[in-house]
Order: sequence, then C-alpha cells, then structure tokens
Amino acid sequence: MSSGLDGPEPEDRPAPEGRRNSQGIRIDPEVEAEPEARRAVLSALVKHEPGVLANISGLFRRRQFNIESLTVGPTTDPDRARMTLEIEEPEPGIEQAKKQLQKLVPVVAVTELEPTAIQRELALIKVDGSKPDQVGAVAEMYEGKTVDVSQESVTVEITGSEQKIDAAIETFGRFGIHEIVRTGTAALERGTRKTT
Amino acid sequence: MSERTTQPPETEAEDTEDGTEPTPTTVSSGATSVVRALENTGIEVMFGVQGGAIMPVYDALWDSNISHIMMAHEQGAAHAADAYNVVSGEPGVCLATSGPGATNLVTGIADANMDSDAVVALTGQVPQSMVGSDAFQETDTTGITAPITKNNYFASDADTAGDTVGEAVALAGSGRPGPTLVDLPKDVTGAETDREPGMAQTPEAYTPQNEADPASVEEAAHTIQSADKPLLLFGGGIVKANAAETAREFATSYGIPVVTTMPGIGTMPEDHDLCLSWAGMHGTGYANMAISHADLLIGVGTRFDDRLTGGIETFAPEAEVIHIDIDPAEINKNIHADYPLIGDAGRVLEQLDGSMTTAPDADEWREQCLTWQEEYPMDYAAPEDEPLKPQFVVEALDEATSDGAIVTSGVGQHQMWASQYWTFREPRKWVSSHGLGTMGYGLPAAIGAKMAADDGEEVVCIDGDGSFLMTVQELSVAVREDLDITVAILNNEYIGMVRQWQDAFFEGRHMAAGYSWIPEFDKLAEAFGARGWRVDDYDEVADAVEEALAYDGPSVVDFHIDPAENVYPMVPSGGANDKFALSEDQL
Repeated sequence: MSSGLDGPEPEDRPAPEGRRNSQGIRIDPEVEAEPEARRAVLSALVKHEPGVLANISGLFRRRQFNIESLTVGPTTDPDRARMTLEIEEPEPGIEQAKKQLQKLVPVVAVTELEPTAIQRELALIKVDGSKPDQVGAVAEMYEGKTVDVSQESVTVEITGSEQKIDAAIETFGRFGIHEIVRTGTAALERGTRKTT
Repeated sequence: MSERTTQPPETEAEDTEDGTEPTPTTVSSGATSVVRALENTGIEVMFGVQGGAIMPVYDALWDSNISHIMMAHEQGAAHAADAYNVVSGEPGVCLATSGPGATNLVTGIADANMDSDAVVALTGQVPQSMVGSDAFQETDTTGITAPITKNNYFASDADTAGDTVGEAVALAGSGRPGPTLVDLPKDVTGAETDREPGMAQTPEAYTPQNEADPASVEEAAHTIQSADKPLLLFGGGIVKANAAETAREFATSYGIPVVTTMPGIGTMPEDHDLCLSWAGMHGTGYANMAISHADLLIGVGTRFDDRLTGGIETFAPEAEVIHIDIDPAEINKNIHADYPLIGDAGRVLEQLDGSMTTAPDADEWREQCLTWQEEYPMDYAAPEDEPLKPQFVVEALDEATSDGAIVTSGVGQHQMWASQYWTFREPRKWVSSHGLGTMGYGLPAAIGAKMAADDGEEVVCIDGDGSFLMTVQELSVAVREDLDITVAILNNEYIGMVRQWQDAFFEGRHMAAGYSWIPEFDKLAEAFGARGWRVDDYDEVADAVEEALAYDGPSVVDFHIDPAENVYPMVPSGGANDKFALSEDQL
C-alpha cells in the first residue's frame, strides 16, 4: 500500500530567482517598474455591415481596454467604414487592442496613427446668451463660428485638436455653459502616407 | 501568408452503405441551400433539437444523407458537436431553434470558444419582418453570441444563405479554430431559390499566417541550442494543428523535456522518458518544478492560461520565452514572448528544426527533471479502513480499456483525477472542458466523441455526481442511438472541488456543496434504458468495470468514493508553480 504524495515541502524546495511584472515581462526585482499608459489613436477600416460597431465596442468593454473616444463614418468605398479609436493604455495593452481588433473578421485593417497625423474633433458648445458679442469674439479666437442664437443661449461650433477644444471649453466656461456635445477624434495620416 | 482556405466538396468521394453515391440535396429554398452547403463541406453528422423557427432546415434534412442526432437539450447538442470536433478534427455542427434554443447553446459555444474548438451553430430566427418586435421565441442571437464566437452571421438572403453557412464552416476550422454561428430567419430558409452554394471559403480578409519570420526562427533556434535548461510546453494548439508527431520528433531529436497543458494532454506520450506530464494548478510536481527552473520555455500552441501559470510574477521566472502560436493576439497577452513565432504549430516546429544545427547541452537538466519525478511521484494512499479512492477507479478503467480509448469528463475533482491518473499516449483522446470549466460537459461529449470514434474505439466518460446531474437527460440520447459508452461516476455526494476549497479557504463551511440526498444513479440509468451498476468497495471495482465495458450499449457505474478525498498537488490560485502543496496543511 502506497503512502500517497511525497517530497520536500514548499519552503524546502530550491527557489528560482527573478520575477515578472504584471504584464508578464521578466524584470530586475530592484527596478520593478510598471509601464505607464499612453494615448494612442487607432484607425480601423471595417466592413460596412450591421453589428460591427457593437462588436468593436463590445470587444473594448469585455477586454477592459480604456477607450477615450470612438468615431465611425463611411469611406469612398460603400462597403467599408472607417473607425477612429482613441485609447489610453500601457504599451502591451495598446498592442493587444490592435491585435484583438484585427482578429475580428469584419475588421479589414488596423493601424496606429503617427502622433503627427491630422487629428480633428468637432464640438458644439451652447453658452449663456447674455453676452453674445463676447461669445462671438471668443469663438473667433478659436476659429469657430456662432451657429445658433436665441434669447437664452448662443451655440458655437469649434473644430480642432482635442487640446484646442478643451481650451475653448474652459474659456467659454466664464459665460456659463448650458450643454456641450463632442464628436471624438477623427484622424488621417498626412501627405501620401496611407492611414490603413 | 496562406491562401484562402477552400473546402473541397467531399460528397463525390463518399459512398453510401449500399455502394451508391449519395445524391446531393437539390436546392429549392434557403433551407435546402443551407443543407447543400453543409454536404459540400463534407459534414456527416449534426446534433440538435427541433423547434419552430428552425423547422424549414430540419425539413430540408429529411432528404439529406447528413445524419442527425436528436439531443435532449441544446446545451448537449453544442457539447456533442464540440467533442465530435476534438475527436475527429472535423467541424462539429449543432442546430437549434430561435430564442431558448439559441440561448441554450450559449454555454456550449462559450466552451468551444475558450478551447478553440471548431463548432458551427445554426440557429433558427423569427422572420425578418418580426425581428425587433419581441416576437415569440425571438432573441438577439448574433448579439448574444458575438463575444463568444470567432464570427457570427445573420443570413438575410435565401440566395446567399448556403454560401454564408459554407463560410462559417470553413472559418471555424481554419487558422486558430473556434465556433461560428449562422442565424437563419424563417423567411430566409423558407424562401424559394435555386441558387446552389459555391465551394466553402473563408472570408476574403482572413489570412492566418502559417510560417514564422525566418530571421526570428534563426534567432530562436540559436537560443534553444545554447540553453542549459530548455523546456517544451505543448498546448492544445498542437492537437488542432495535427502536429503531435512533429512535436514529438522535435523533443526527442534534441533531448528537450516536455510538459503539456491540460488541452495538450496526449501530444507527448505520458509514459515517455522526456514527458513530465501536465503542469498547472493540479499538474504534477515535477512539471511545475521544471517550469519554475527552466532557463528557456518553448510554448507551442498555448495561451498561458492562469490555471497553468499561477501568478504571472512567479511564472517561469528564470526563463526566456519562445512562443509559437497561430494567433498573434496570444503573443504578449499574458506572458511576454522574447521570441514570438507566429504560425502553424507543426510548420513552425519544422522551420525551427531546419535551423537547428545541434542539440542543447542539457544532460544535467534532464537528470534534474528525472530527479524531480522521483522526488514528487504522483501517488495516492488507499488505506483499507478508508472508503474507495477515486484514483484507484481511474487506474482500473485505464487498465481495463484498450490503449486508444477516448476519455471525456465533466469539471471538478473527478476531472483532475482522470487527467492525473489516466496515462494518455495519443492526442484527441482526452476530451474535456478546459477553459470554460463547464460542469455537465462529459456525457454529451461522450455522445459526440462516440459519433466521431472509429469502430471499436472505446469511449469512457469519467464524471462527477454534480456534473452528471447537470446533463443527465442526454443519457436518453445514448440509449436511443444505442451508443456503446461507459459512464463512470466518481460519486462523493458533493460538488467536490467546492468542498475542497471550502475546507482549505472557507473554514470548512460547506455552504451549498453537499447533497443531502442524491439519486441512485444505477437505478436512474436503468430507468433511462441504460445498464447501471453501483460500486462501494475495492473488490467490486474490477468486475463492474469489466461488465460495464463489455455491455454493448450505454452503461453507468456509480462509484461511491471517499467523500473526504482531495485533489493534490495543488498550486493555490495566483501562487508560484514550484510552491505546489502536497496536502491541505501546505496551502
């Protein structure tokens, strides 16, 4: 009759040296730095069919990728749509997001855009209507325009980078903002460089 | 890059039993086009449950040569299709109606997704005019299954419904396999069309990479040659790629020890000198020691699942990692790969072999691995004053069956004992629910496995009492289809793994883990029309096993085992592989 499992106890075994960080990368235990998150803009060319948007947003939700914005629109090819996704993740997360996106069958191509790519967002900002002239002046400063005026409010349209719109919203804040809507970033590579 | 995969029509090559060629289905409707597409891909058997919205497809099967196994529950259909794929390597197809039929498939589809099994699910749907109206038995099937399928489809046109099904079959089995689903609205399957489906093709943009970058292969080969403590980790991807022979040759040519994952069981014969059996939470002590001390880990077709790795921080902490996988998204997902080699497991191993000029100098390391095998033997105590031990039952079954017997299991303690104490020598013989951990997988899987097995290949389902109760209704199918399968229930009247964890981590508070009453499974088997035995003692085991295996039909042996028996070794969740506990007091 055998005695069952046998052998040295856990603390009596030779212990290996070294460690990995939470990303599975082997590290020097003295350093043990966790990678920092960075912002990345991904452009995905997708099949223009029902369910694609839900599928992609579902992927980002279930894999816990931190998504800042997502825009989608048609392209010159009626069978293709283009999505622009802004994400904030540590490096391995950005790589994973790209690969997981690419793995979806309706996704035709995925690229990460260069930081120099043209990046634009549109915002409609509805501010208090008591000082329409001043609002107009600020709008002009941000190369925006007034698109609607009523007794109570003035609505301004601003286009530009995310930072520019952040700045504009902060400036308009002094008048009192009623409502805003932003589209999220749409982006294309510059010059002859292809986006996807 | 590979060409688009095209599945050749196999109908011409096949003969029916009386020697005449089977007649392909004539296309006259969306439904007949679907059936014709399945025939074109060589599908021979499907598993399903009838229902309103899928009726046109069932009706089209009336004249087809595809055989259909009528399951008791749609979950059983999905698991049977899954096991059919694991055993045969061919896509498994399941069929269900809309609404509850489709939602009942969900567990089985999710299971196939986690284990990368090629399963094709065809679901009925309410007519398109009613979609979105909360119609009777309507559910958003493509929405529900999107996260758990490789891809799914809503067939909106009778003319192309067959092509869509063909694409679903081709896609499920190509690249990294996985489940696909086609939702078939009743107006589409019922609509007239005479358009015959073309040859099944994978989607245009789907081009899995078969061969790894040659420069990376060179670097990896160089690294292997200079390693002192190289270790191969064989995963389920080797089974999918039919690359077990290539993998074995690689290991033996260069004298590199092998551990497997659970889905990789059988890729290396477990009684081979170089094989350390499977690693992970309940893997062998020696496999886990080898992983912790290797200086080079060559993972082939594995996704470095948490049940294998334990805590990421302490996983193979001394090892550089070569990761071979056909799915680029697996690279650096859980474990950083120093040498990523993307491609088909067999093809990349051939490439590596081509780049190797010498074997690594690993005599000492092999010696060390043998020492660990002696130091931490897989063994169990069976004192005469204690009840029957489950490990003894597993060994008795292994002993009494032929070498190529197929083993299915549910999930829990019995699954671990089966995989620990059965000696597997070939791939596609261990059929289990690994990633999803689906209790109840074993019995329907045995049905699917039997349908895929060659004549005379034995199929044994090692089940737990809890798992058996979850899908027991499928026993009616085994009886109806007269399937010669043997179910061995390791019955401890507990959800045993939960009880084990409660003892270890919840101060022995057995909340909802024990059955205060449980059916007599031998009698239950007889009620279903199967044969049943009950075994309580060691001296009854051999006879019951012999009789049950000899019985030509479904048999159930209810082994009443020691309810206190636990599964060890155990790497606690998130722990270090080399710190496996040999008993509860070491946790």
